[in-house]
Amino acid sequence: MRRRLQPVVLGLLGILGFLALWQLAATVGWVNGKYVPPPTEVFAALGRMSLDLHYWRTIGNTLLTWAIGLSIAGVLALALGTVIGLVPVLRRYTRSTVEFLRPIPSVAIIPLAILMLGLDRDASLVIVVYATFWQIFIQTLYGVADVDPVARDTQRSFGISAPDRFVHLVLPTALPYIMTGIRLGATVALILTVTGELIIGTDGIGRLLTQRATAADYAGVYALVVTAGLLALVINLLVRIIERRILAWHQSVRAEVVL
Amino acid sequence: MSAPSVTRRMMPSAASRLLPRWLDNLLEAIGLPLVLLGLWALSALLSPNRYFPSPWRIAEAFVKTWVGPSFFVDIVPSLGRLLVGLALAILLGIAIGVLVGSVRWLRQLLEPLFEFFRAVPPPLLVPLLAITFGIGDTAKIVVIVAGAIWPILLNTVEGVRAVDAVQRETATSYQLSTVQRVRFLVLPSAAPQIMAGIRQSLSIALILMVISEMTNASSGLGYRITFFQQNFMIPEMWSGIILLGIIGIALAVLFQIAERFVLGWYRGLKETERA
Repeated sequence: MRRRLQPVVLGLLGILGFLALWQLAATVGWVNGKYVPPPTEVFAALGRMSLDLHYWRTIGNTLLTWAIGLSIAGVLALALGTVIGLVPVLRRYTRSTVEFLRPIPSVAIIPLAILMLGLDRDASLVIVVYATFWQIFIQTLYGVADVDPVARDTQRSFGISAPDRFVHLVLPTALPYIMTGIRLGATVALILTVTGELIIGTDGIGRLLTQRATAADYAGVYALVVTAGLLALVINLLVRIIERRILAWHQSVRAEVVL
Repeated sequence: MSAPSVTRRMMPSAASRLLPRWLDNLLEAIGLPLVLLGLWALSALLSPNRYFPSPWRIAEAFVKTWVGPSFFVDIVPSLGRLLVGLALAILLGIAIGVLVGSVRWLRQLLEPLFEFFRAVPPPLLVPLLAITFGIGDTAKIVVIVAGAIWPILLNTVEGVRAVDAVQRETATSYQLSTVQRVRFLVLPSAAPQIMAGIRQSLSIALILMVISEMTNASSGLGYRITFFQQNFMIPEMWSGIILLGIIGIALAVLFQIAERFVLGWYRGLKETERA
């Protein structure tokens, strides 16, 4: 019992220690308390904001952009990744193009998105979808192509139909990869959602933070950064739970349960 | 789960045997890009669109905009900040990661805190750190370090933790000094994880470089591209997008070379194990 509790206690101690150090630094004056408000003020600001409906609506707006972007990217990536991954000729002839387009930072297309779509949620969605697409697409591509050749040939010689082969062999093989892609994609989508709010001005946590900074409400700025961090942690946790549920049959998850 | 290596030789398909191998390989590499470029040129010719100027207009703007003094005014400072920030993030990330990963209570103490820092979407650091550090070069470098360090640091911790127990005990019984242990045992066996962390950090650093220049700067790539967009200088804006793309690709290629250099032994080991 002691062994299991120790990491939790130490972890909490680490967080509390950090907050105490920060409080001390801001109070004693190692850092300028006006620009780096102590945690007491930050959490007071967080408490004040959380009583305001506007705060929750802002979080909702961030989540909405995130969810729409992730969904569009996911559907596109799964469809294209499956088709291209299953057809070797397509795989070979698209590889150079994919390797060229993938490293282009999606913030580079912000100006184009603004020109074509205006300062709207659509412009933010473009950069969210572009960045998220590659994460899921690449994993789908690898996953679909990772099918065990012996299993594939066995199914072929038993005359199993193509749709059945897809459901019973390709999908189970690709699923762990796809879930990894979705997990990475969820994080990337949140990063670019916030970017869109900062640069393009789509409503959400990023834009509210810029407004607070302009109003010199620095405790509010820190409170919003804490909000965004907690939101990202919750999203991570949910995606991991879903991943474990969907892959409950898979070796990687089963092996952990046995221990 | 790590993504498998991209290079996997395919069986030659029926179609490829109709062509000599070198031609087939060439076609594979530049076929689709050429077709796409051709389609773009054709559509620009048939129905000129304000927002999609023809490829040669963009090429012309590219040369005019970026070749010349602007290379030193905008590109070199941007890249300089990016590289300094990345180098600091890598050095600090590995150093702190090795320390925290080697001491169990320290890892348990700091890991949850660090996980939270990693979770904060890095773009928010731009306005946050602007409060304290202003908008100069230092601020931009601090932003890149503060955003890019976490994947490297946390991956190093994981890698150090997973050092093989037998090897660790062997190092102890041979009485290796701390420096020797880090140099010959800990760093090599954590290298695959560290490189995976650096790969994530590359794209974060690039995003942060652009964002910090888009919001508060009077020079740099991000600033210039935004300027072109606000002044409707469309071909120039496209040339900036393409330049950022080229930088992204160059970083990815450099990273692959570095990875082959650092992890050559590891890939070889994996292949022998598989065979």
